[in-house]
Amino acid sequence: MLVPFAAFLSGLIFGLGLILSGMTDPAKVLSFLDVAGPWDPSLMFVMLGAISIGFFAFRVAKQRGQTLLSTPVHLPGIRTVDLRLILGSLLFGMGWGLAGICPGPGLVLAASGNVEGIVFVVAMLLGMLIFDLLEKHHQSGSNLNYRQPGNIERK
Amino acid sequence: MIDWQSFTPVSAFTGGMIIGLATALLLLIAGRIAGISGIVGGLIELRRGDFAWRAAFVSGLLLAPWLWHWLGELLPVRIETGHAVLALAGLAVGIGTRYGSGCTSGHGVCGLSRLSPRSMVATVLFMAVGMVVVYVVRHILG
Repeated sequence: MLVPFAAFLSGLIFGLGLILSGMTDPAKVLSFLDVAGPWDPSLMFVMLGAISIGFFAFRVAKQRGQTLLSTPVHLPGIRTVDLRLILGSLLFGMGWGLAGICPGPGLVLAASGNVEGIVFVVAMLLGMLIFDLLEKHHQSGSNLNYRQPGNIERK
Repeated sequence: MIDWQSFTPVSAFTGGMIIGLATALLLLIAGRIAGISGIVGGLIELRRGDFAWRAAFVSGLLLAPWLWHWLGELLPVRIETGHAVLALAGLAVGIGTRYGSGCTSGHGVCGLSRLSPRSMVATVLFMAVGMVVVYVVRHILG
């Protein structure tokens, strides 16, 4: 029961952090990406702030080799830069540049009832579903090339 | 040129630290990486036994704007993008983050925090492409 509760609290805190940081305002994100226009570097400070805490959290997790509850820590096993990572990140960057919305802020916007946020999130979920279908299709076609999706969550 | 009127380093850094705290909590209690696209993607797959923590995390995230609104005024949201472009962008973000195994949170925050070379490559790529797209849309087409 503690794990789902911690996860709930983490999601709530994460969302509040996103809102405070200004990242749920797509115009602000686009101003960060618009380096040739009037540039707003705020997003870089959001990342620095998050990493300033995250860096130590991951160090603790690595040193302990387990969580504070003595359960396993699930870290991505894959280490090599491959074509999937590159093409996927390029495609994500295109969508991010078009809308100024990435998954976290998108969900927060949609939850607050913002119509544009809902349009974005429905399309995003559809995209994830398409990915799953393609992966399953690929899996049934050839087991050689298949790799589990979402390895970022896996051990 | 830096737009000093819009630049909000203090709330940005503080908000970032709060995101970092949330990441630390999920990592050190649940043993999971706070990557939004991965968490949501795992929910959509529906074939794993780790549904509970994902659903709990997303529920918390979705409640955040309501808690914020209950405590005070929500910050302004400015979206000038049309629905068709938003849908296209959402599709690209959905497919891209799953193929690339992460988004701004999974790669940009968690991956960089643990000094992952894959995440450094991913973050540089999606930021660079985002900047190119905005440049094309605003300064070439616009």
